[in-house]
Amino acid sequence: MASRDDIKFLSNPKIGGRKKKYCRFKRYGIKHIDYKDPDFLLTFVNEQGKILPRRITGNSLKYQRKIGTAIKRARHLAMLPYLTDLLK
Amino acid sequence: MRNYETTFIVDPVLSTEDIKSTAQTYVDKLRKEGCEIVFVDEMGLRTLAYDINKRSNGIYYSIEYTSPNGAFIRDFELALRRDERILRFLTIALDKYGVQYNADKRAGKIGKAKRQKQEKAAKTEASAHGISRKKADSPSLSGVPSGDAESFKEEE
Repeated sequence: MASRDDIKFLSNPKIGGRKKKYCRFKRYGIKHIDYKDPDFLLTFVNEQGKILPRRITGNSLKYQRKIGTAIKRARHLAMLPYLTDLLK
Repeated sequence: MRNYETTFIVDPVLSTEDIKSTAQTYVDKLRKEGCEIVFVDEMGLRTLAYDINKRSNGIYYSIEYTSPNGAFIRDFELALRRDERILRFLTIALDKYGVQYNADKRAGKIGKAKRQKQEKAAKTEASAHGISRKKADSPSLSGVPSGDAESFKEEE
C-alpha cells in the first residue's frame, strides 16, 4: 500500500493552483487592435470562429469591446470566417 | 482633420494593370476631394475566409488618409458600391492610437514583433520591448482556456 508520503510525489503539484487571468492590453499598454491582423485575432475566437467570452480571455471590458469590433470588421472583409468548424 | 482608413478587395480575375488602375482610381478620387493620402498599403493576394461573388481569393488594398470633413464619404462609398471590380470595402475612422499603430507598422516595429511571434518556439524568453513581449506572451492565452476547462471539469 502506498503511504501518504508516496502519494504526495505521485500527484501533480500544479493541479490545485490556478493562474490569475489578466488583461494583456492593459498590462502591456496596447492601445489599438488591428482588424487587418487575422492571426492575432485568432487567439480570441474558438474553433467555430465565435468570439471567446471575457471570462476565458481575461480581457478588460474596454478591450473586449475593441476585440469584438475588430473581429467583426475582419469577418466583413473575409479575413475571418463567420462560421466554420476546425478553425484551429 | 480627421483620419480615415478604407480597405477594399479587388477582383483577382482582372489583369495586373487593371487591378492597379482600379486602386489608383480611388486614390485619385480621394485626392480630388481634398483628402491627403498618408499611405497606400498593397496587401496583395489573400485567400478569402469565405467566398464572395464566387471568388475564393482577392487582392487587398488599404488606403490611409486624412480629410477636413466627412462629407465626401457618401459619394466615395457609393462609387465603391457601384463598382463591379470591388468585392468588399470598409471605411473606418481612426483614433489617435490607430494612427500611431499604422505609423509603427510602417516603421517596422510591429511587423518585427510578429515575426518573433512565429519564431516563438525557438525563443520563449521575451524581450524588453512592450509589443514583442505581448506577442511572445500570446501563446500563453491558449493555455488559459484549457486550464479553465480543466477546473470546470473538476467542479462537475
